Amino acid sequence: MLPVEIKSILEKRAKDGWVPEHEAKEILKIAGVPLPKSAFAATRQQALEKAEEIGFPVAAKVVSVKIVHKSDVGGVEINIKDEKSLEKVWERFEKLEAFEGMVIDAMTPGMELFLGARDDEQFGPVVLLGLGGTAVEIYQDIAIRMAPLEKEDVLSMVRELKGARLITGYRGKPSVNLDALAKAVIAFSRLAMDMAGAFSSIDINPLMATPDGCAAVDARIIL
Amino acid sequence: MDLTPIFKARSLAVIGVSLTNNRHPANVIHAKNHLRSRIKVYPVNPRGGRLNGDRVYENISDIASPVDLAVIAVRADLVPQTLADCAKSGVKGAIIISGGFAEAGRSDLQDELVRIAREANLPFIGPNCLGMLAPDYVDTMFLPPERMIRPQRGNVALVSQSGGIIVDQIIKLDAEGVGIAAAVSIGNKAFVREIELLDYLDQREDVGVIVFYLEGFEKGEGRRFVEAAQKASTPVVVIKSGRSEAGGRAVSSHTASLAGDYRTFSSIMSQYGILEPKDELQLVAAVEALSRYNLCIDKNIGIITGSGGHGAMAVDACDQSGLETPQLSEKTRNLILESVSPSIRGIASVSNPVDLTGSAVDEDFVAAAKALIEDDDIHCVMLLLLPYLPGITSDLGARMSYLAQAAQKPMIAYVPLLEKYRMLIEGFELNGVPVSSSIEGAVMMAQALRRSQPCSLWR
Repeated sequence: MLPVEIKSILEKRAKDGWVPEHEAKEILKIAGVPLPKSAFAATRQQALEKAEEIGFPVAAKVVSVKIVHKSDVGGVEINIKDEKSLEKVWERFEKLEAFEGMVIDAMTPGMELFLGARDDEQFGPVVLLGLGGTAVEIYQDIAIRMAPLEKEDVLSMVRELKGARLITGYRGKPSVNLDALAKAVIAFSRLAMDMAGAFSSIDINPLMATPDGCAAVDARIIL
Repeated sequence: MDLTPIFKARSLAVIGVSLTNNRHPANVIHAKNHLRSRIKVYPVNPRGGRLNGDRVYENISDIASPVDLAVIAVRADLVPQTLADCAKSGVKGAIIISGGFAEAGRSDLQDELVRIAREANLPFIGPNCLGMLAPDYVDTMFLPPERMIRPQRGNVALVSQSGGIIVDQIIKLDAEGVGIAAAVSIGNKAFVREIELLDYLDQREDVGVIVFYLEGFEKGEGRRFVEAAQKASTPVVVIKSGRSEAGGRAVSSHTASLAGDYRTFSSIMSQYGILEPKDELQLVAAVEALSRYNLCIDKNIGIITGSGGHGAMAVDACDQSGLETPQLSEKTRNLILESVSPSIRGIASVSNPVDLTGSAVDEDFVAAAKALIEDDDIHCVMLLLLPYLPGITSDLGARMSYLAQAAQKPMIAYVPLLEKYRMLIEGFELNGVPVSSSIEGAVMMAQALRRSQPCSLWR
């Protein structure tokens, strides 16, 4: 069953055809997918306050219903060190089409993974896990499974990747926390099941994974 | 839904025979069953009369004895009434070969058939199909027998929307000595669809592997199919048509771009332990192997060869297919060394592959096979037999097969395809050991037995 809070976000965004980052993250949070420290700011003043709360350095990402691929229009700024720099970013974002505000995230280190879901006509919700980042469509190193998933499914997805060793440890680099990763992917797969019939696809890119845990740094839901 | 009266019909009515045209599909079906099968066959045509001396019934209801199966080959607009007549007369199943339904824009007519069938609990296959072939039972394919092979009865079931594909696969499997339990073309699959056939065929003890040639599923049907296949105790093999992605689709998400329809399909088949051969060679190899062995094996292959080159090629092919050829234990190596002929003890290479050299005789192959069969770390024994070696006789196939049978350990043989090796090959095949005429094929067979382990080559 889909929680009321998720339902109301989906209903509100039905006319736009997609759910932008800050609301997509709300949905993920309710579903139990871990997030970095993150906040939405609709005014410059709010932005400064939230950044202070989260603690510099931060990342800022534009929120606009017209902008699906934020980095393509310069709508992503990372490693913002202080208030002055943040104000400059605000001024730049303000000029972008249909500007609604910005998402401010704590800078999140880790290995960039991709976690996605699609509501397939023949098979219902399916989940994708693979190497993330902006080059995800170039490498296409992803595994696909029919949801819902169990831990063994998630581990087999990791094993299937060409870049599996980048995740499980390589040349002295420790493995990412596979238990935490599995937990996040399982929660995400259950969300996809609950949303069956109500979405087209979900992208979490990147899902930052570290030896300690993982966090959905950017997300959008296409309705 | 009981499909037994269709697949194991004891009596058959062929509705729509022509009194003037012997090439009419219904006449072909009538004649081949009338002349060659043991079941009772009744021709039906509203005009009555006689066909080859037999009474033609004007209506299915005129047949006094019970009829299991009716083949319907009348004009599309007459099919609903004909099916209703069948239901009223107590017919237990039907195959509708007539076209002119959903495929021709007449979904209304097709829906009418489904309504009648559902009300009467009368399962039907089709419409717009080639029919069904169940060797030793019934053959409703409208192919003149002189144009077709007469496949031997076996344990492979084939299901396809397309009739042509089915006929092709029957011929190719028959060439490898693999027999058919049932082959059915489901055409528009209005009532009996893949899942019903999977359920029915899985329950049959005389079916060892089920092959589906899939074109597409309805909304949500793919999920139900894989879940049913996972529960089935019979291995399921699928071939997908339409694998190329529709180009030019505008996609606004990475997910939609990365998880195309076919990639999604293929991944899910692998997830659910459903084998998905990519081409005909893989298909035939996989079906042959699974028709002999119902076991699901792990990845360690033990190779026995009389030629070092063949052994090396097999190791490479295994490696590329995710199979392993581990070093043999000291115990196994000693066992082989102790039991082979003294003349080859000094020249044989007892690792994996076990290369017995061109001087080996039957007994040496038997000794090495025994040792590998007893080794629990070896999950499948692969024999690379070169019958041009002077020490190998035609008896070796049967001898080896008995060993594998007794131990219940899968064995796969590679034997070059030469007519003069027929007895050696049949010694294997008739005793349950699949034979391939290529090393790659033998490795594909071993890989097919690993079906529950998602494996990259099948993707």
